[in-house]
Amino acid sequence: MAIKVKFKDKNDDFYKKIVELSGEQVALCDQCGTCSGGCPFIEEMDINPSEIMRKVMLGQKEVMDSRTMWICASCFTCTVRCPRELDVSKVSEALRQVKLRTAIDEISIADISKEEAKKLPTIAVVGNFRKFTG
Amino acid sequence: MKIPYFPGCTLKTTAKNFEISAIASAKKIGIDFIELDRWNCCGVVSSLTSDDLMKHLAPVRNFLRVQEMNKQGIVENENRMVTLCSMCYNTLSLSNKRMKENADDLQKVNDFMHREEENYKGDVDVVHFLSILDEYGFDKLAQKVTKPLKDLKVASYYGCTLLRPKSVGIDDTEDPKILENFVKALGADAIDWDAKSRCCGSYHTVNNVDIVYRLVQGIVDDAKKNGADAIITSCPLCAFNLDVRQSEIKDKNPDYQTLPIYYFTQLMGLALEIDKQDLGLEFNKIEPEKLLKKLNLLS
Ligand code: SF4
Ligand code: SF4
Ligand code: SF4
Ligand code: SF4
Repeated sequence: MAIKVKFKDKNDDFYKKIVELSGEQVALCDQCGTCSGGCPFIEEMDINPSEIMRKVMLGQKEVMDSRTMWICASCFTCTVRCPRELDVSKVSEALRQVKLRTAIDEISIADISKEEAKKLPTIAVVGNFRKFTG
Repeated sequence: MKIPYFPGCTLKTTAKNFEISAIASAKKIGIDFIELDRWNCCGVVSSLTSDDLMKHLAPVRNFLRVQEMNKQGIVENENRMVTLCSMCYNTLSLSNKRMKENADDLQKVNDFMHREEENYKGDVDVVHFLSILDEYGFDKLAQKVTKPLKDLKVASYYGCTLLRPKSVGIDDTEDPKILENFVKALGADAIDWDAKSRCCGSYHTVNNVDIVYRLVQGIVDDAKKNGADAIITSCPLCAFNLDVRQSEIKDKNPDYQTLPIYYFTQLMGLALEIDKQDLGLEFNKIEPEKLLKKLNLLS
């Protein structure tokens, strides 16, 4: 499927911000799809990790509306397989941070039921809050 | 051998069985874990952005404690800090790597922690207990085994954080062998399977448990398909997902066949015949004793 890209729409500031925060040269991605092919969370994502890379590369800020960055659990499966040695987990983290740094959290303590709170190990709660709150 | 030991918060709470079985097993082969006296949580997950040095303070503070232990003579020339939890291992290692490779970052972190007595010099090494065992030698470990775990078919679950990213992984990312070698040293059978390093869903267990159910079921099904009797892990979060969330899958569908989940140190303790109470089996959710009794490994 051909995708039409209008470069005049490219949000260069957004692209640069993500490159800076992630430390990844996103434009080097050659869209091979290896990251998407091995991602264990692909079923829960609305767009693939490689599409995230593409959209960031093109400075399409709408990528912030996707759920993918919140589903990506930094499992580093793609990180060790990317033929370009790019790290999608860092790009996901950068996208999450862009949102979280506007002081909008993805989760609040009140969302966790009392019963669950009793059951959950510290490691789960601390890990979750590190990823989902600013 | 005395080695500084970083427990982490979960090993003091839901994963007590991991800690007590590890300490008792290590002692049996002459390794003394000396707990850091003022350790603090590592933060669980490593921060992956370039500008967030703040989140590396917690790991680095723990390295200062190791420096102090050496200075005070609590340990002798032992710059290694052993961890049991795979996630602690990963997070501490990634921070340490950043400090070792980036003098500016190290300087900033030290400046920020100016109230500490010393600067972090960057020479602590974070090691996972499995790597210590590898170095000790699995042949030698096999010789210490007094009760070989005969006929126990074990699926070794690595999860993510022991192996990835490569810079801190303790073994080959696609074809790890260390846990299998460990299992064989205990006299058990190490089965081969596909899901050994497939993520279990991690912290999604807090607010998106359906993801975890799907992934856990896939992992357990793969272990069963390959003939496993049990799964072992070295991560309290993997353990929670595989054990507690698996038991919930069973609650929802009674026909589901569960597999017991053990910390690798619980099997080690069994094979080395540590006191039964130090196995901490009462903390395991899915009934852990039936299988072991059936194979005459537990009375
Ligand atoms: S694996 Fe690497 S190069 Fe291939 S699509 Fe993903 S990020 Fe791009
Ligand atoms: S790090 Fe994120 S994108 Fe990459 S494989 Fe894991 S979940 Fe998927
Ligand atoms: S990963 Fe966990 S168990 Fe390990 S110290 Fe950090 S928070 Fe605690
Ligand atoms: S397997 Fe699950 S809990 Fe364990 S390290 Fe991976 S994501 Fe973490």
